[in-house]
Amino acid sequence: MNETSYNFAYLDEQTKRMIRRAILKGLAVPGYQVPFASREMPMPYGWGTGGVQVSAAVLTPEDTMKVIDQGADDTTNAVSIRKFFEKTATIAVTEHTEEATVIQTRHRIPEVLLREDQVLVYQVPIPEPLRFIEPRETETRKMHALEEYGVMHLKLYENIAHHGAITTAYAYPVQVEGRYMMDPSPIPKFDNPKLESAAIQLFGAGREQRIYAVPPYTQVVSLDFDDYPFDPSKADCACDLCGSETSYLDEVIVDDAGGRMFVCSDTDYCEQRRAAGFTGAKAEAA
Amino acid sequence: MADVTPLLDVRNVSKSYGARVGCRDVSFALYPGEVMGIVGESGSGKSTLLNCRAGHLEPDGGEIIFDTRVDGPQDTVTMSEPERRMLGRTDWAFVHQNPRDGLRMRVSAGANVGERLMAVGARHYGNIRHAAEDWLERVEISAERIDDRPAQFSGGMQQRLQIARNLVSGPRLVFMDEPTGGLDVSVQARLLDLLRNLVRTMGLSAIVVTHDLAVVRLLADRLMVMKDGDVIETGLTDQVLDDPQAAYTQLLVSSVLQV
Repeated sequence: MNETSYNFAYLDEQTKRMIRRAILKGLAVPGYQVPFASREMPMPYGWGTGGVQVSAAVLTPEDTMKVIDQGADDTTNAVSIRKFFEKTATIAVTEHTEEATVIQTRHRIPEVLLREDQVLVYQVPIPEPLRFIEPRETETRKMHALEEYGVMHLKLYENIAHHGAITTAYAYPVQVEGRYMMDPSPIPKFDNPKLESAAIQLFGAGREQRIYAVPPYTQVVSLDFDDYPFDPSKADCACDLCGSETSYLDEVIVDDAGGRMFVCSDTDYCEQRRAAGFTGAKAEAA
Repeated sequence: MADVTPLLDVRNVSKSYGARVGCRDVSFALYPGEVMGIVGESGSGKSTLLNCRAGHLEPDGGEIIFDTRVDGPQDTVTMSEPERRMLGRTDWAFVHQNPRDGLRMRVSAGANVGERLMAVGARHYGNIRHAAEDWLERVEISAERIDDRPAQFSGGMQQRLQIARNLVSGPRLVFMDEPTGGLDVSVQARLLDLLRNLVRTMGLSAIVVTHDLAVVRLLADRLMVMKDGDVIETGLTDQVLDDPQAAYTQLLVSSVLQV
């Protein structure tokens, strides 16, 4: 089978219409999980089947796409999804955040602030923020409907009781526009403030068959206690390659003698800074 | 007494499960500060009645009027679900027979007690923590156990923790379903002592469902005897237990072993 045998962006037009309806509903009710008839995709669940379907539904032939996995453009998941759309949609792809119109992401929001003409698509493993407190789906839907969100603070309470601080570091629960409790997918809580964005943010959960959305300039509040305010923390040092002190860092083990370095998790951001002449403490070694 | 509004006014409540009758045409009024006992054998409709009143089951017919703090007497059967669930978190408390049904076993004792406070909007960790410590002390659980999970507690402690978790929001009406079931007698005695104390000092109204006549003798002001879904006898507790009129009540009272 050659590439032209596929419909544009793999999915058939009826499926894309169905997904677009779910996206529009999600945008109309920010943070609300819209059920949709998730299709089998040519990749296993957990590899971004939800995100891929949402991307397929919003892509147009004029779009430029970027795919990141944990901030990186060159990891397996990112490369294979980018190749998938290059093949089935024959669109332009890029690694530069500024050039992309559709960005599919797993576990990160790019460091560079997004613009109004960009769409950010998240891959979501578990869309239900109340799942770990209340396993019954019938009950969680009722809790969402009646806005019974008091129990969400239980987890944060337990964090403080056992560790003296809120230790939830990723998938940090947020409330959208004062209404729906939302799981922002497993992004680090460092990225939570960036959920209030100029870009359209779409969340797709393939296995769980849910789509939800945060429209541009929507209020997104991270939960906290009055005496333990929300803290979007990161590793307390600078990138060893580009010297950035404001970007989110990955810790990398570099040898068997306990050597380690911190590097930007957003590879495109880091490379552009190095190209512009910024250097970090271990730039030559790498 | 005549011009006091009943806290809970139950009128002709019926509930059947298909052809089987849960309870039939039950009516009674509960006044503020009063403890009502409901006794009867297994399957007599005690728990059905309790669940109907607490909003866990929808009765087939009848009215359950609760005197709410803000709006005065309201029918909880026709009330909207959000309102009913709000009452369930604030003015009502439900103590289950098995503490595992009423507790969150995977979070600490402190979080269990604090949950109701957070559910009504408490967002200050220090205050929640303080209230939890205070309540653990009131139910005789050492404050140093606050970060332990209920699974690490004994049965009696779990039951006391469940009571603390329910009473922390200052409810006005407590439903208790066999609160001493499954506990040994010395633990039962302590629990009853504690409950009696809390009911008196907080001025709580309570409905206690049990098959243990000793429990109602200690706790309840008034008693209702049920059999096969019908109320067969009501009256002051001592009156019913010392001078039972209905044949079934006589049987029930005489079947208690005298030690």
